[in-house]
Amino acid sequence: MDLFVQQLVNGLTLGSIYCLVALGLTLIYGIMEVPNFAHGHLYMIGAYVTLFSMTLYGLNYWLSSILAGIVLGIVGVLMERIVFHPLRHAPSSNKFIAAIGAMMFLEALARVLWGSDFRSMPAVYDQVVLIGGIRVTEQRIIVIVSAILLMLALNLFLKKTIIGSSIEATAQNREGAGQVGIDVNSVAMITFGIASFLAAVAAALAGPIFLVFPSMGALIIMKAFVIIVVGGMGSIPGAILGGYILGVTESMGATYVSTDYKDIVAFLVLILILAVKPTGLFAEGKR
Amino acid sequence: MVKKNVILKAGCFVLLIIALAVPYISPSPYFIQVISMSFIFAIAVYGLNLIEGYMGQLSLVQAGFFGIGAYMSGLLTLKLKMSFWLALPITSLATTFLALLIGLISFRTRGHYFVILTLCIGVVINLVIEKWEGLTGGVGGVIGIPKPSPLGPLSFDTIDKQYYLILAFLLLTIYVMYRIINSLVGRTFISIRNSEELAATLGINVMYNKLLAFGVSAFFTGMAGALYAAFIRFIGPDISSPILTFEFLLYLLVGGQATIAGPLVGTLLISGLTESLQFLKEYRLILFGALLVLIVKFFPWGIVGFVQLLTARNCKILTGKEGVSS
Repeated sequence: MDLFVQQLVNGLTLGSIYCLVALGLTLIYGIMEVPNFAHGHLYMIGAYVTLFSMTLYGLNYWLSSILAGIVLGIVGVLMERIVFHPLRHAPSSNKFIAAIGAMMFLEALARVLWGSDFRSMPAVYDQVVLIGGIRVTEQRIIVIVSAILLMLALNLFLKKTIIGSSIEATAQNREGAGQVGIDVNSVAMITFGIASFLAAVAAALAGPIFLVFPSMGALIIMKAFVIIVVGGMGSIPGAILGGYILGVTESMGATYVSTDYKDIVAFLVLILILAVKPTGLFAEGKR
Repeated sequence: MVKKNVILKAGCFVLLIIALAVPYISPSPYFIQVISMSFIFAIAVYGLNLIEGYMGQLSLVQAGFFGIGAYMSGLLTLKLKMSFWLALPITSLATTFLALLIGLISFRTRGHYFVILTLCIGVVINLVIEKWEGLTGGVGGVIGIPKPSPLGPLSFDTIDKQYYLILAFLLLTIYVMYRIINSLVGRTFISIRNSEELAATLGINVMYNKLLAFGVSAFFTGMAGALYAAFIRFIGPDISSPILTFEFLLYLLVGGQATIAGPLVGTLLISGLTESLQFLKEYRLILFGALLVLIVKFFPWGIVGFVQLLTARNCKILTGKEGVSS
């Protein structure tokens, strides 16, 4: 039983990270209908920015995380401008290919700049806390709580602010949003900024638990895709639910089935779901 | 029109002569090796060209087929001592069969879902090859795969002879692709690419045709994998990684998708360039990434498509290529 609860906590930690990454991906998909393949690599760069601001510039963990979020937010906006904006009228496979190009570029850049070594981020909050007989590191609690706070903040932002409403309106109907005077271009930029911010913060949160390396984004982006396909592309509740489900499933699978094959679980789930329901679980209408 | 055909035929003939003469004019065995490798990859890129270029289905499982082809043929010839000439068709057919199974699931989805699903299947294949140590040797891979066994009086023990073997397979691939594209089947593929709904309205069985294209594509990709295993003689899980699929995609886009010459031109140019400019090795993916973005933006038809567009404009006729791709 203890092992089960322990794995549940681990799963929720992992799920929190997946949620934050998948949320950004689903936001971008909702606005631009771009499957942004490079999103996971923004996550990776976010991890490096946090790492270096801590080790090279001696900033504390929280400042580094926020700095990474802001830096990557800017990178995200630039990416929208340089890569996706010019292709907004192109066929969808061209956008996909451009996203793959951006992904290759970022990973190779990270390899050249920082080498292919696995690095570990200095763990500031690695004390073990006992909660009802379960041993949890502080960092895991931070991850779970911060993710919830961030998601609440995102929800408030989308529902209560004008910019947030414009984002939702654009996601619902791009032409319609343009007609009522929403600047769809800036909405796209803001969305990319927010999504990249979330990815970088997720990386900063995950950094002390997992390792930092140039291809760390490749696996997480595919899992994020699995999540948003399962949760319905463009759906925010779907991304959150899917993120937690995947995190817990993987954690349980690693404990009770096999550690070697834990990464395969996510993809098998996706293949199964799409085999039965080709439009995803919670798809709203046909694309 | 007739004059243009003659020029084209003469051009092809000259290229063939050059290809046949490569072992005699090549400065070093290394050069032949680079060209041979490009030819092997080109065969796989022709497979991608059929499904993405002509059919408009961006399948990202291609390196998975390549890896399965290489591992299956490698293991059959190494562990079961099977003749290469038996292992090759078995491997190609097995890959085709697998593709049909994958196709039955994945062609139920469309657009982005298809791309993501095929990518995930590619990742699963890659992970299984990497983790199944008992069969595939895991990260260490398979070492000491035998060279292609002699075929009657023909032996393939030197690099020159292997080069001719690979060239023969490449020519076969190009010929089959050419025949497919210029047949009713090829037209059907293109019509599905241009509009699935319209094609279905005309009575075309979309699912059947997609499966057909996918199967043929996997056949050649698996065959390329088998050739790779016999030529390089050691294989690792890298060759089934989605990164290789992305490289195939780059070769295809640079050369020009939905053209017959595109895959060969793109592969020779890019893989030849990176192999010969070793100092670029580290930076090549940075360049390639940027190149992909620039190509889809400015030259969505690649080099061959661009040339075709120019000549079409000059001659005021449209050559083989129709419409905007995918």
